[in-house]
Amino acid sequence: MKIKNFIITFVSAIALLLSTSVVSFAKVVGDKIVLGAAVSLTGKYSSNGVHTQNGYNMAVDRINSMGGIKVGGKTYKFDIIYYDDESNPKRAAQLAERLISQDKVEFMLGPYSSGLTKAMAPVTEKYGVPMVEANGASRSLFTKGYKYLFAVLAPANLYLDVAIRTAVELNGGKGVKIAQAFEQDAFSQDVRLGILDAAKETGSEIIIDDKLPKELNDMAATLVKVKQMKPDVLVVSGHTKGALTAIRQISEMKVDVPMLAMTHCDAAKLSKQHGKNSQYALCASQWHKTLTYKDKWFKDGMTYDADFTKMFGYAPPYQAAESSAALLVFKDAFERANSFDQKKVRDALAATDMQTFYGNIKFAPGGQNVSKPMVLFQVICDSSGKCENKVVAPLKWASAKLIHPVPKWSER
Amino acid sequence: MDFMVFQYPMITVQACLDGILLGILFALIAYGMALQWGVMNIINIAQGDLVILGGYIAYFMYLYGIHPAWGVIVSPIIMYFIGIGIYKLVINKVVDRDLFISILATFGISILFMQLMNFAFGADVVLANSGYGTTFLFDSNVVLPNSKIFSAFVSIVFAICLVIYMKKSKLGRAIRATAQNARAAKILGVDTEKVYAATFGINAALCGVAGALISITFTIHPYMGLPYTIRSFMIVIVAGLGNLPGVALSGMGLGVFEEFADYILGTEFRIGSVFLLLVLILVYRRFKLSRKREYLK
Repeated sequence: MKIKNFIITFVSAIALLLSTSVVSFAKVVGDKIVLGAAVSLTGKYSSNGVHTQNGYNMAVDRINSMGGIKVGGKTYKFDIIYYDDESNPKRAAQLAERLISQDKVEFMLGPYSSGLTKAMAPVTEKYGVPMVEANGASRSLFTKGYKYLFAVLAPANLYLDVAIRTAVELNGGKGVKIAQAFEQDAFSQDVRLGILDAAKETGSEIIIDDKLPKELNDMAATLVKVKQMKPDVLVVSGHTKGALTAIRQISEMKVDVPMLAMTHCDAAKLSKQHGKNSQYALCASQWHKTLTYKDKWFKDGMTYDADFTKMFGYAPPYQAAESSAALLVFKDAFERANSFDQKKVRDALAATDMQTFYGNIKFAPGGQNVSKPMVLFQVICDSSGKCENKVVAPLKWASAKLIHPVPKWSER
Repeated sequence: MDFMVFQYPMITVQACLDGILLGILFALIAYGMALQWGVMNIINIAQGDLVILGGYIAYFMYLYGIHPAWGVIVSPIIMYFIGIGIYKLVINKVVDRDLFISILATFGISILFMQLMNFAFGADVVLANSGYGTTFLFDSNVVLPNSKIFSAFVSIVFAICLVIYMKKSKLGRAIRATAQNARAAKILGVDTEKVYAATFGINAALCGVAGALISITFTIHPYMGLPYTIRSFMIVIVAGLGNLPGVALSGMGLGVFEEFADYILGTEFRIGSVFLLLVLILVYRRFKLSRKREYLK
């Protein structure tokens, strides 16, 4: 009896092994183009990791249901192998290695966050696997001479650039006094470099330059300085916790500053957590649903927003939109390359010049997307306390007028 | 380096007040740690994670429309039972072993709690809004959020209640007896097992209070527990076990130290300076101890 059991287990184990290895023998299987992706489903990036995955899945669904990808006269469909990178760069690099050498994936999608993308890029580069990523904006990704890395998003140093330029413009072209507080991570430090550049070009002066720790939940010290030194602009970048902490303490300490600009307010759902206290905050965003870019698959931002909400039950943050755009880029490149040869696909990717619902996409030699500006939206609340994000800059895309300077707390 | 503290004298006042209010809150967490360290000889690395868990309880009350200040009552009650649960599952197996084993065990609990909280509540940073206003002092040059004043006040109330309870109640006396000499207490009829469980529960309840207060004053996140563990560990080693006024004082001292480090060295060194101070104090104590030993020779 025991022996029989053993044989059954053994045979089924072998069968299971064979079947999985057939499935995972990737690249192009039958009519499927298999892409590999490691995303953060657990760990500290898990919420944005899930947005990334949902964005990918949404685009796969849409492209497959609208006729798939035509290469060499045959129609293919997208499929993605996912692994959970646990928000851990080492794990992400291992998984990239695994996807390429074990699962034989020949095309990759990016993970969430600059840090993890940085860990995976050397691996994909080594094997010559084209990777289109949608969530790594750090400038250092694009200065290493990677040939197979393409990012659909604007690089980190441009995130708050537009805020400084707008402030200078409103100041009659004269330089402004800037206070800034940035978390000490790759992304926020790149945002900071962007501000330094913008300050230099516009003749602005940086009067407070604070760095925030990773375990940040108190920035009262910075705000006290802001109260005393009265800058024209306060810039904060520290992921979600930075945005939430800033609004909480600014409203509690009644810090008056004419312009407050931040990153990651979208993910922080500022107005949901803080209501009217978040009013007038400016947020840098890669995408907003009211932008009027168009494409064949998702039509436009508003339609994408509605479809995504229907499918996943929540409104898409820009992290989801940019992830969806990555697949549109891949589809376009495969069709133009008309081949599955990695080199040809890579060259086709490099020659990408298209408009998607998310924005125009055209890659610089370093791999970053240079044809899509960042937008700034402002949190604007009506008298009943309902708050909305309205695009206010750049002017071309604005759907509301920027309220500047921000009214003082005593007058609100 | 930034010497604004000297250029703007009001910043000094602000830093001191902020530090003291913050320190009182730290002291509450540290008191829980000192209590269980003294009674059970366990250094609880999961202290900060218990704090965060307590914060999530207040946060969920806030989500369901209950004012988060009630979390100060509800959270310790729930945390008390969670504490007893942890004691029954893990701590009672390591309580008589050496310190190293207990540190390992609580370190494991800490990782487990972090991941479970991340799994259950997500990786988003959250906070509960109390809607308390702001107090302005000195021609509004010094600003104190009322939520900070509230949390310091609640911490003091809880600390006083606990001290009275330890002095007057039967369980309190049993806890103190066990801390002095567990064996003798046992011989005299104290159920030390029960005392240990209660002590761990009380510690978890204190963490619950502190967590609820932190969700009102700052933000919470599954991975934010460690700095609270480090701070309370430091306060306890400075103050010594069973020295409540010492815990309160060194808590406030640490709070003020942190605020000044923030202004002078920069926010990025705020938590770093706490770690540095910890190392310095450990070295100093060791130095002092070794001198004493030589003297005894």
